[in-house]
Amino acid sequence: MTTATETLVTPGAAKRPSAPRHRGTSIGRIVAFVCLLVLAIGWLLPFLWAVATAFKTETDAASGDAGWIGPSGPTIDAFVSILSQGNVYIWAWNSLWTSAAVTIITVAISALAAYAFSRIDFSGRRWLFAVIIAAIVVPPQVLIIPLFYEMLAFNMVDTHWGLILPQVIAPAMVFILKKFFDQVPIELEDAARVDGAGRFRVFWSIALPLSRPILASVAIFVFIGAWNNFLWPFLVINDTTLMTLPVGLQTVISAYGVQYAQVMAQAVLAALPLIVVFMIFQKQIVKGVATSGFGGQ
Amino acid sequence: MTAVTPRTDTSLVVTGSPRHGRRPARSRRDELSGWLFAGPFLVVFLLFMVWPILHGIYLSFTDQSLTGAGGELVGFANYADALSDPVMWQSLGNTAWFTVLSTVPLVLIALVMALLVDRGLPGQWLWRLSFFTPYLLASTVISQIWVWIFNPQIGAANNILTAIGLEPVSWLQDPNINMMAIVIATVWWTVGFNFLLYLAALQNVPPQQYEAASLDGAGTWRQIWSITIPQLGPTTGMIVILQVLASLKLFDQAYQMLGGVSSDTTRSIVQYIYEAGFVDYRFGYSSAISYIFFALIVIIGLGQAIVTGRRNSAKAGAR
Repeated sequence: MTTATETLVTPGAAKRPSAPRHRGTSIGRIVAFVCLLVLAIGWLLPFLWAVATAFKTETDAASGDAGWIGPSGPTIDAFVSILSQGNVYIWAWNSLWTSAAVTIITVAISALAAYAFSRIDFSGRRWLFAVIIAAIVVPPQVLIIPLFYEMLAFNMVDTHWGLILPQVIAPAMVFILKKFFDQVPIELEDAARVDGAGRFRVFWSIALPLSRPILASVAIFVFIGAWNNFLWPFLVINDTTLMTLPVGLQTVISAYGVQYAQVMAQAVLAALPLIVVFMIFQKQIVKGVATSGFGGQ
Repeated sequence: MTAVTPRTDTSLVVTGSPRHGRRPARSRRDELSGWLFAGPFLVVFLLFMVWPILHGIYLSFTDQSLTGAGGELVGFANYADALSDPVMWQSLGNTAWFTVLSTVPLVLIALVMALLVDRGLPGQWLWRLSFFTPYLLASTVISQIWVWIFNPQIGAANNILTAIGLEPVSWLQDPNINMMAIVIATVWWTVGFNFLLYLAALQNVPPQQYEAASLDGAGTWRQIWSITIPQLGPTTGMIVILQVLASLKLFDQAYQMLGGVSSDTTRSIVQYIYEAGFVDYRFGYSSAISYIFFALIVIIGLGQAIVTGRRNSAKAGAR
């Protein structure tokens, strides 16, 4: 069966990106399927193995027994002892609220700036945009010393604002959003402006609603980046109660480094929120990689 | 319209439609709203990007320490020290070696994954989930998982080695192979991102090309080799450069997998920046290394821009 006939029978199929457009022989498909299966198992195995270890007793985990279930049977002891230590909740909350703050601020200021660069004719617009594009190549890691120095001067070391503010600059996102606004037909906005709507009204009630999908993609990516960020939070936060999840977990590994089941339970707990997020937003994330990934260009 | 001068307020009405004829004068309202819209971003950009870049350059010419001691201008002494510092060169070498070792599999495996998934076999969400999920995990989490797998006594990696009749090794402790262990963990962790970039690009290949090819009797392999791979050329170029730039910034997983221990065979340049600044408290020296690294990144970025620029103009010339 060729793709052409299939498209004729079910016109909707052509729109599905995953529609089998070039099938090849059935043997080829079986070989491809087996290869995929092997790769997928290889990629899932490390994580599944961590999950299995998290459900073992410490003795079973340390025995080096390779079985999926330890000789003493499955247990949730490791999770119970992790969750009874208290700090995990504080770290999770810190991660959640700082990542949310980074995301909201980044999306808001990037969208406003991108709109200005796309639509409003103000002096300096060209060279400012050029400077921001150039800043895409700046690796944040080379700024840790002067940034830390600045945070000392602002009294922001060991504060959440000191953690949040340096993360809200996303030149690549300004670039992506500007390209998007450039494609929106200006006629839509002209009509509203003739009716006397101000710049912000037009931005708020026309440009923003149109850009909701791309804003969602950008937001998801900024959130994942902030949630997982390690180096800057690790440097700027010393107070245990202010730490984010990645940094907090890192500090306690040495404290019970030999308690493998607990370490794996921690890893699983820290991974869960983002895996749930991915399952819910799979479509937007896949699209987001395509747009944001290319935006770095 | 031509009579309008930039300063007259009456020009507001006339300049309202900036798309006709010559570029009209800017209106004051646009001037104001432009700066208001871009303002919030520009303020944080100035404070937390432009200022640190400039201040970092200044610091790199001083002997500033974290405690506030020092701070005298020392000219190019930090740069001279850095260029004659064997640890700096070793860190750069490690970084370059990691970049080579990680980029090749991170591009090739991603391509293979995307080609297989794009065949439209059942279970699409499962494939995406398996390949991309590791990318979502924090470096802390993946480091914990791989430290456990690479545990010399009870880890899965050595179980596999002994099962196929090889000698077990101390993955993270042996200086000859600890970089390899970090590469393996990194490939597992981040290949999903490149996989999704390839998958998005594959779905943009016009299906008519395949139809024409299969009418001509070209098999699957022929189609992949002579249609798909060439079509993916620009994507591959972009993925390679993004990957090189990402790999050069190695720190999080290498630092954490080795438990913060500094190993001569895995210390990356970012780790050396961190150690000089936050372990030895030599802010001036650390800044100098930062700028040497920064210069390298800029050179690579410019090189890439020149190559793509030439490729694009070659394409334009061919048309």
